Amino acid sequence: MDQDNDAAPVGYMERTRRYYRALGYSNDYKWSRYDDVPFAPLKRPLAESKVTIVTTTSPPGGPRDGNRKLKEVWSGPTTDTPSDLHTEFMAWDKETTHTRDRETYLPILALQALVAEGRIGGLTDRFHGVPTTYSQGQTLEQDAPDIVRRCQEDNADIALLVPM
Amino acid sequence: MSLVARALEAEGIPTVVLGSGRDIVEYCGVPRFLFTDFPLGNPCGPPYERQAQAEIAAQALDLFETASAPRTTVQAPQLWPEGEGWRHVYNFIGPENRDALRAEGEARRQRQDQERQSVAKAS
Repeated sequence: MDQDNDAAPVGYMERTRRYYRALGYSNDYKWSRYDDVPFAPLKRPLAESKVTIVTTTSPPGGPRDGNRKLKEVWSGPTTDTPSDLHTEFMAWDKETTHTRDRETYLPILALQALVAEGRIGGLTDRFHGVPTTYSQGQTLEQDAPDIVRRCQEDNADIALLVPM
Repeated sequence: MSLVARALEAEGIPTVVLGSGRDIVEYCGVPRFLFTDFPLGNPCGPPYERQAQAEIAAQALDLFETASAPRTTVQAPQLWPEGEGWRHVYNFIGPENRDALRAEGEARRQRQDQERQSVAKAS
Protein backbone atom coordinates (compact mmCIF):
# COMPACT_ATOMS: atom_id res chain seq x y z
CA MET A 1 0.00 0.00 0.00
CA ASP A 2 1.36 3.38 -0.89
CA GLN A 3 1.08 5.49 2.22
CA ASP A 4 1.54 8.87 0.62
CA ASN A 5 -1.51 10.84 1.56
CA ASP A 6 -0.78 13.86 -0.55
CA ALA A 7 -3.21 15.26 -3.05
CA ALA A 8 -1.55 13.95 -6.21
CA PRO A 9 -4.03 12.59 -8.75
CA VAL A 10 -4.39 8.81 -8.61
CA GLY A 11 -2.46 6.97 -11.34
CA TYR A 12 -5.30 4.77 -12.54
CA MET A 13 -3.45 3.19 -15.44
CA GLU A 14 -0.66 1.83 -13.25
CA ARG A 15 -3.08 0.85 -10.52
CA THR A 16 -5.29 -1.00 -12.99
CA ARG A 17 -2.29 -2.84 -14.45
CA ARG A 18 -1.21 -3.99 -10.99
CA TYR A 19 -4.73 -4.98 -10.05
CA TYR A 20 -5.28 -7.17 -13.11
CA ARG A 21 -1.89 -8.79 -12.60
CA ALA A 22 -2.95 -9.55 -9.01
CA LEU A 23 -6.10 -11.15 -10.45
CA GLY A 24 -3.83 -13.37 -12.53
CA TYR A 25 -4.20 -11.77 -15.96
CA SER A 26 -0.92 -11.71 -17.85
CA ASN A 27 -1.68 -9.30 -20.68
CA ASP A 28 -1.84 -5.64 -19.67
CA TYR A 29 -4.66 -3.55 -21.08
CA LYS A 30 -3.45 -1.09 -23.70
CA TRP A 31 -5.11 2.29 -23.57
CA SER A 32 -5.61 4.28 -26.74
CA ARG A 33 -3.11 7.01 -27.44
CA TYR A 34 -2.97 9.60 -30.20
CA ASP A 35 -0.43 12.23 -31.15
CA ASP A 36 -2.93 14.41 -32.96
CA VAL A 37 -6.09 15.65 -31.25
CA PRO A 38 -8.93 17.23 -33.26
CA PHE A 39 -10.29 20.54 -32.00
CA ALA A 40 -13.59 21.93 -33.32
CA PRO A 41 -14.30 25.61 -32.63
CA LEU A 42 -17.66 26.77 -31.27
CA LYS A 43 -20.09 27.37 -34.13
CA ARG A 44 -22.07 29.97 -32.23
CA PRO A 45 -21.84 31.68 -28.84
CA LEU A 46 -22.30 29.43 -25.83
CA ALA A 47 -25.48 31.32 -24.89
CA GLU A 48 -26.97 30.19 -28.20
CA SER A 49 -25.54 26.66 -28.20
CA LYS A 50 -27.54 23.54 -27.49
CA VAL A 51 -25.67 21.09 -25.28
CA THR A 52 -26.05 17.33 -25.05
CA ILE A 53 -24.66 14.94 -22.44
CA VAL A 54 -22.95 11.63 -23.14
CA THR A 55 -22.60 9.12 -20.28
CA THR A 56 -20.85 5.76 -19.94
CA THR A 57 -23.68 4.32 -17.85
CA SER A 58 -26.31 1.86 -19.08
CA PRO A 59 -30.11 2.08 -18.99
CA PRO A 60 -31.88 1.18 -15.74
CA GLY A 61 -32.12 -2.49 -14.92
CA GLY A 62 -29.36 -5.07 -14.70
CA PRO A 63 -28.98 -8.50 -16.31
CA ARG A 64 -31.20 -10.04 -13.63
CA ASP A 65 -34.01 -7.74 -14.74
CA GLY A 66 -33.70 -9.09 -18.26
CA ASN A 67 -31.69 -6.11 -19.51
CA ARG A 68 -29.49 -7.59 -22.24
CA LYS A 69 -28.47 -4.26 -23.71
CA LEU A 70 -26.04 -3.09 -21.08
CA LYS A 71 -23.20 -2.67 -23.57
CA GLU A 72 -25.07 -0.98 -26.43
CA VAL A 73 -25.34 2.69 -27.33
CA TRP A 74 -28.60 4.08 -26.02
CA SER A 75 -30.45 7.36 -25.44
CA GLY A 76 -32.69 8.61 -22.66
CA PRO A 77 -34.90 11.67 -22.08
CA THR A 78 -33.59 14.79 -20.32
CA THR A 79 -37.01 15.37 -18.82
CA ASP A 80 -38.52 12.72 -16.55
CA THR A 81 -35.13 11.01 -16.61
CA PRO A 82 -34.96 7.74 -14.68
CA SER A 83 -33.22 8.28 -11.36
CA ASP A 84 -31.41 4.96 -11.35
CA LEU A 85 -29.27 4.38 -14.43
CA HIS A 86 -27.33 1.13 -14.32
CA THR A 87 -23.85 1.64 -12.86
CA GLU A 88 -23.22 -1.47 -10.78
CA PHE A 89 -21.16 -3.48 -13.25
CA MET A 90 -18.90 -0.54 -14.02
CA ALA A 91 -15.48 0.10 -12.51
CA TRP A 92 -15.69 2.88 -9.92
CA ASP A 93 -14.90 3.29 -6.24
CA LYS A 94 -17.81 1.42 -4.67
CA GLU A 95 -16.18 1.41 -1.24
CA THR A 96 -15.84 5.18 -0.96
CA THR A 97 -18.97 6.47 -2.61
CA HIS A 98 -22.26 5.56 -4.31
CA THR A 99 -24.27 6.54 -7.38
CA ARG A 100 -27.69 7.01 -5.79
CA ASP A 101 -27.57 10.71 -6.70
CA ARG A 102 -27.84 10.72 -10.49
CA GLU A 103 -26.52 14.29 -10.65
CA THR A 104 -23.08 13.02 -9.64
CA TYR A 105 -22.63 11.49 -13.10
CA LEU A 106 -25.43 12.92 -15.29
CA PRO A 107 -25.70 16.68 -14.61
CA ILE A 108 -29.17 17.32 -16.00
CA LEU A 109 -30.42 19.59 -13.20
CA ALA A 110 -27.17 21.57 -13.24
CA LEU A 111 -27.36 22.13 -17.00
CA GLN A 112 -31.07 22.98 -16.87
CA ALA A 113 -30.21 25.67 -14.30
CA LEU A 114 -27.53 27.06 -16.63
CA VAL A 115 -30.08 27.12 -19.47
CA ALA A 116 -32.44 29.06 -17.19
CA GLU A 117 -29.63 31.52 -16.41
CA GLY A 118 -28.97 32.01 -20.12
CA ARG A 119 -25.43 30.64 -19.91
CA ILE A 120 -26.23 28.05 -22.59
CA GLY A 121 -28.88 28.10 -25.29
CA GLY A 122 -30.53 24.81 -24.40
CA LEU A 123 -30.29 21.17 -23.49
CA THR A 124 -31.15 18.52 -26.07
CA ASP A 125 -34.27 16.43 -25.46
CA ARG A 126 -32.12 13.33 -25.16
CA PHE A 127 -28.85 12.38 -23.52
CA HIS A 128 -26.81 9.51 -24.93
CA GLY A 129 -25.11 6.50 -23.41
CA VAL A 130 -22.01 4.72 -24.62
CA PRO A 131 -21.24 1.99 -22.08
CA THR A 132 -17.52 1.35 -21.76
CA THR A 133 -16.32 -1.78 -23.54
CA TYR A 134 -12.87 -3.29 -23.63
CA SER A 135 -13.03 -3.41 -27.43
CA GLN A 136 -11.56 -0.22 -28.87
CA GLY A 137 -12.56 -1.55 -32.32
CA GLN A 138 -16.22 -1.58 -31.29
CA THR A 139 -15.93 1.94 -29.89
CA LEU A 140 -14.21 3.31 -32.98
CA GLU A 141 -16.22 1.52 -35.67
CA GLN A 142 -19.71 1.28 -34.15
CA ASP A 143 -20.31 3.20 -30.95
CA ALA A 144 -18.59 6.52 -31.66
CA PRO A 145 -20.21 6.94 -35.12
CA ASP A 146 -23.56 6.02 -33.55
CA ILE A 147 -23.15 8.72 -30.88
CA VAL A 148 -22.17 11.28 -33.54
CA ARG A 149 -25.30 10.43 -35.57
CA ARG A 150 -27.56 10.76 -32.52
CA CYS A 151 -26.03 14.12 -31.57
CA GLN A 152 -26.53 15.36 -35.13
CA GLU A 153 -30.17 14.16 -35.12
CA ASP A 154 -30.70 16.22 -31.96
CA ASN A 155 -29.01 19.30 -33.47
CA ALA A 156 -26.54 19.37 -30.59
CA ASP A 157 -24.00 22.17 -30.98
CA ILE A 158 -21.71 20.99 -28.17
CA ALA A 159 -21.34 17.86 -26.07
CA LEU A 160 -20.42 17.32 -22.42
CA LEU A 161 -18.90 13.85 -22.08
CA VAL A 162 -18.96 12.33 -18.61
CA PRO A 163 -17.07 9.05 -18.12
CA MET A 164 -17.75 7.35 -14.80
CA MET B 1 -15.17 8.14 -23.96
CA SER B 2 -12.02 9.88 -25.18
CA LEU B 3 -12.52 8.11 -28.52
CA VAL B 4 -16.07 9.48 -28.69
CA ALA B 5 -14.72 12.99 -28.06
CA ARG B 6 -12.38 12.61 -31.01
CA ALA B 7 -15.20 11.39 -33.29
CA LEU B 8 -17.51 14.28 -32.35
CA GLU B 9 -14.79 16.89 -32.83
CA ALA B 10 -13.93 15.44 -36.23
CA GLU B 11 -17.58 16.08 -37.21
CA GLY B 12 -17.47 19.66 -35.94
CA ILE B 13 -19.11 19.16 -32.53
CA PRO B 14 -16.93 20.65 -29.75
CA THR B 15 -16.65 18.53 -26.61
CA VAL B 16 -15.61 18.83 -22.98
CA VAL B 17 -14.73 15.68 -21.06
CA LEU B 18 -15.71 15.97 -17.38
CA GLY B 19 -14.01 13.19 -15.48
CA SER B 20 -11.89 12.03 -12.57
CA GLY B 21 -9.42 9.67 -14.28
CA ARG B 22 -6.85 12.24 -15.24
CA ASP B 23 -4.04 10.01 -16.47
CA ILE B 24 -6.32 7.90 -18.69
CA VAL B 25 -7.97 10.88 -20.39
CA GLU B 26 -4.70 12.74 -20.90
CA TYR B 27 -2.92 9.63 -22.18
CA CYS B 28 -5.46 9.30 -24.99
CA GLY B 29 -5.58 13.02 -25.69
CA VAL B 30 -8.80 15.04 -25.82
CA PRO B 31 -9.52 18.63 -26.81
CA ARG B 32 -10.87 19.97 -23.51
CA PHE B 33 -10.87 18.25 -20.13
CA LEU B 34 -12.27 19.40 -16.79
CA PHE B 35 -10.58 17.21 -14.19
CA THR B 36 -12.47 16.70 -10.93
CA ASP B 37 -10.17 15.09 -8.37
CA PHE B 38 -12.79 12.83 -6.79
CA PRO B 39 -13.11 9.08 -6.33
CA LEU B 40 -14.30 7.37 -9.51
CA GLY B 41 -18.09 7.35 -9.75
CA ASN B 42 -19.02 10.96 -9.04
CA PRO B 43 -17.24 13.07 -11.68
CA CYS B 44 -19.89 15.83 -11.51
CA GLY B 45 -19.55 16.37 -7.76
CA PRO B 46 -20.13 14.66 -4.43
CA PRO B 47 -23.60 13.17 -3.83
CA TYR B 48 -26.33 15.70 -3.00
CA GLU B 49 -23.83 18.63 -2.97
CA ARG B 50 -25.94 20.74 -5.32
CA GLN B 51 -23.81 23.87 -5.00
CA ALA B 52 -20.57 22.06 -5.88
CA GLN B 53 -22.31 20.23 -8.72
CA ALA B 54 -23.62 23.50 -10.15
CA GLU B 55 -20.17 25.10 -9.99
CA ILE B 56 -18.54 22.12 -11.68
CA ALA B 57 -21.07 22.09 -14.53
CA ALA B 58 -20.46 25.82 -15.04
CA GLN B 59 -16.67 25.30 -15.09
CA ALA B 60 -17.10 22.57 -17.70
CA LEU B 61 -19.07 24.92 -19.93
CA ASP B 62 -16.53 27.71 -19.43
CA LEU B 63 -13.95 25.46 -21.08
CA PHE B 64 -15.82 25.67 -24.40
CA GLU B 65 -14.99 29.37 -24.42
CA THR B 66 -11.59 29.48 -22.73
CA ALA B 67 -9.74 26.55 -24.34
CA SER B 68 -7.84 27.70 -27.41
CA ALA B 69 -5.95 24.50 -28.29
CA PRO B 70 -6.39 20.74 -27.89
CA ARG B 71 -5.18 18.91 -24.76
CA THR B 72 -6.41 21.72 -22.52
CA THR B 73 -6.87 20.40 -18.98
CA VAL B 74 -8.36 22.49 -16.17
CA GLN B 75 -8.60 21.11 -12.64
CA ALA B 76 -11.77 21.99 -10.72
CA PRO B 77 -10.91 23.48 -7.30
CA GLN B 78 -13.56 21.51 -5.39
CA LEU B 79 -12.26 18.96 -2.88
CA TRP B 80 -13.83 15.67 -1.85
CA PRO B 81 -15.72 16.57 1.34
CA GLU B 82 -14.60 13.57 3.37
CA GLY B 83 -10.85 14.13 3.05
CA GLU B 84 -8.16 12.45 1.02
CA GLY B 85 -8.33 8.89 2.36
CA TRP B 86 -10.19 7.70 -0.75
CA ARG B 87 -7.05 7.87 -2.87
CA HIS B 88 -5.81 4.49 -1.64
CA VAL B 89 -9.09 2.59 -1.80
CA TYR B 90 -9.82 1.85 -5.46
CA ASN B 91 -8.24 -1.40 -6.72
CA PHE B 92 -6.27 -1.68 -3.50
CA ILE B 93 -3.71 -4.50 -3.38
CA GLY B 94 -2.00 -5.53 -0.14
CA PRO B 95 -0.80 -8.60 1.71
CA GLU B 96 -4.25 -8.97 3.26
CA ASN B 97 -6.11 -9.40 -0.03
CA ARG B 98 -3.59 -10.93 -2.44
CA ASP B 99 -4.92 -14.48 -2.05
CA ALA B 100 -8.52 -13.33 -2.32
CA LEU B 101 -7.73 -11.42 -5.52
CA ARG B 102 -6.04 -14.43 -7.09
CA ALA B 103 -9.09 -16.58 -6.24
CA GLU B 104 -11.44 -13.92 -7.62
CA GLY B 105 -9.45 -13.84 -10.86
CA GLU B 106 -9.70 -17.62 -11.18
CA ALA B 107 -13.47 -17.52 -10.62
CA ARG B 108 -13.79 -14.72 -13.15
CA ARG B 109 -11.87 -16.62 -15.82
CA GLN B 110 -14.03 -19.71 -15.24
CA ARG B 111 -17.16 -17.58 -15.67
CA GLN B 112 -15.79 -16.05 -18.84
CA ASP B 113 -14.95 -19.50 -20.25
CA GLN B 114 -18.47 -20.71 -19.51
CA GLU B 115 -19.98 -17.63 -21.17
CA ARG B 116 -17.83 -18.15 -24.25
CA GLN B 117 -18.90 -21.79 -24.44
CA SER B 118 -22.59 -20.95 -24.13
CA VAL B 119 -22.27 -18.26 -26.84
CA ALA B 120 -20.49 -20.77 -29.10
CA LYS B 121 -23.29 -23.29 -28.56
CA ALA B 122 -25.99 -20.75 -29.26
CA SER B 123 -24.49 -19.58 -32.55
